[in-house]
Amino acid sequence: MNLVTISGPPSSGKTSVILKTIDSLKQRGLKVGVVKFDCLYTDDDVLYEKAEVPVRKGLSGALCPDHYFVSNVEEVTQWGLTEGLDVLISESAGLCNRCSPYIKDIKAVCVIDNLSGINTPRKIGPMLKSADIVVITKGDIVSQAEREVFASRVNLVNPSAVIININGLTGQGSYELSTLIYDESENIETLVGRKLRFSMPSALCSYCLGETRIGESYQMGNVRKINLENKDTGGAL
Amino acid sequence: MISAERLRNRSILEILEDYPFTESFFRNNGIEPGEAGSRPEILSLDWQGFFDTIDDEEREHRALDPEHLLVQLAEFVNQMLEFLDEGQQIHSLTILPGTDKSGSPEGFRELVVRTGDVISIVGPTGSGKSRLLGDIEWVARKDTPTGREILINDDSPDPSWRFSGAKKLVAQLSQNMNFVMDLTVREFVELHAESRMVENRAETVDRIIAEANSLAGEPFEAGTAITSLSGGQSRALMIADTAFLSHSPVILIDEIENAGIDRKRALELLIRQEKIVLMATHDPVLALMGDRRIVIRNGGIARVIETSEEERSILSELEELDRTLLSYRTKLRQGESLLA
Ligand SMILES: Nc1nc2c(ncn2[C@@H]2O[C@H](COP(=O)(O)OP(=O)(O)O)[C@@H](O)[C@H]2O)c(=O)[nH]1
Ligand SMILES: Nc1ncnc2c1ncn2[C@@H]1O[C@H](COP(=O)(O)OP(=O)(O)O)[C@@H](O)[C@H]1O
Ligand SMILES: [Mg+2]
Ligand SMILES: [Mg+2]
Ligand SMILES: [Zn+2]
Ligand SMILES: [Zn+2]
Repeated sequence: MNLVTISGPPSSGKTSVILKTIDSLKQRGLKVGVVKFDCLYTDDDVLYEKAEVPVRKGLSGALCPDHYFVSNVEEVTQWGLTEGLDVLISESAGLCNRCSPYIKDIKAVCVIDNLSGINTPRKIGPMLKSADIVVITKGDIVSQAEREVFASRVNLVNPSAVIININGLTGQGSYELSTLIYDESENIETLVGRKLRFSMPSALCSYCLGETRIGESYQMGNVRKINLENKDTGGAL
Repeated sequence: MISAERLRNRSILEILEDYPFTESFFRNNGIEPGEAGSRPEILSLDWQGFFDTIDDEEREHRALDPEHLLVQLAEFVNQMLEFLDEGQQIHSLTILPGTDKSGSPEGFRELVVRTGDVISIVGPTGSGKSRLLGDIEWVARKDTPTGREILINDDSPDPSWRFSGAKKLVAQLSQNMNFVMDLTVREFVELHAESRMVENRAETVDRIIAEANSLAGEPFEAGTAITSLSGGQSRALMIADTAFLSHSPVILIDEIENAGIDRKRALELLIRQEKIVLMATHDPVLALMGDRRIVIRNGGIARVIETSEEERSILSELEELDRTLLSYRTKLRQGESLLA
């Protein structure tokens, strides 16, 4: 079985792109399933079911969805194997822009859209910077110039990625993506022992643990303070 | 080609001097070389030394992975060097036949389009026009549903046309495209020129704005917000901008018929910039401006029609009709009677 991790900001077009790509994979006789990870709510599973794609969903609730993803990815892989899938796709919405669900040697795709603004690529951390493939959507509604500027900003933060433009509505470009994510010779049986590409932040402060009161005396653990003296650095260098 | 290992031994300052374009790379990856400010000496450190000045907590905070970043930097430098090297001129694009939707071979031997050519693509909805444009964009190697193959300069193309982030074979223009950034016309064109690393930037920017104005029915100012341009003005700016700033040698146009711009002039502008223009269109005026029409049926290229002199003679008639229609539109807009 092949495993592909697809991540990206909310509403960037992940589900649309995955559905169109699955069409192309199915035409080659491949069996594809999806696991959708989200925080509080998702109805993507309904869309996948409608397309007759085996699907499972996981809601992380109070946890960071990416942390939740890693804690469950082995179980999910085993589910995919029992279903007899050729390709298992995970869809997860990056929410904190700092975590990334990518695993070493497992295909990693980041989906972002042209409408998110040209400074977005530099705001998204490892989820964009360490992806193998960056899919840019919604090119149908912005000008060629904006598409070029946006793609060049993506290229600045991840020069080694393959960048492809996909129209999530018509599927233009999804055939091409399908050829990049499936590798006949790849056969994953377990993820045990594999590593994440990028460590997730150890963001344990008192608020992670349920604290609601504001004020220094309630803050423990990993606390960083904003630098209000210098208006440029925001805590850098 | 420069390897990551060779970059590793240079100081940050040397890297910036050798490859000035790396400044934006550093900035976009959370490192402001200018910020060294009071500590300029840290820029004289090599890669390891420089990152040693940032403690672990700070590295984690800014999601910095020095080894990964070094590999990415080398990749970026090599791409930019290739991008800046004008040695990769494209003069022709060849389509080799595949099969239509029923699997029957397409009935042509090869189809060569050259810089300066304008080709229109016609056929009913669902016939495969977008697929043909898609084959060209992806530089098909018998690995798309049509089985077509695309050659560049009569040769099997370099895979970097597919995979490079900086270098794209195709630029696209279509009816539903809008500007979404919150910028004035001038700021916008400048931003694009900057990302294309154009040398005489101010001059190019002025030229684009002037050309766009001559294509648009109604003129606009450089200080206008791009999002408040009319449909025709937007289209005009997009075309002028693509003509001068897009590095892509091929331009695909998807239905810009009702754009309210001087279409003939727009095409001439693109041809002058040595582009190959392919357009999916059902507008007879545009189609007749093309040298050839590719007729698509059932997923395959069914015919290629050369625009004949006789057909061209209809063009002037159509253009006359077009002008008449335009003059009525202007009258409507200005609140005049159509009978006057
Ligand atoms: N115009 C346009 N809309 C798109 C495109 N891709 C996705 N969308 C729309 O964007 C919205 C969010 O897409 P979805 O796939 O649900 O995003 P997700 O949250 O990342 O899974 C939906 O309304 C899609 O129809 C695209 O390429 N162009
Ligand atoms: N030669 C072909 N073989 C197989 N499928 C094809 C072929 N040409 C087109 N198709 C498929 O037919 C569908 C409609 O084609 P499309 O290019 O979108 O049509 P148009 O742009 O003319 O409306 C697409 O799914 C496309 O992939
Ligand atoms: Mg989704
Ligand atoms: Mg189409
Ligand atoms: Zn997180
Ligand atoms: Zn916390």
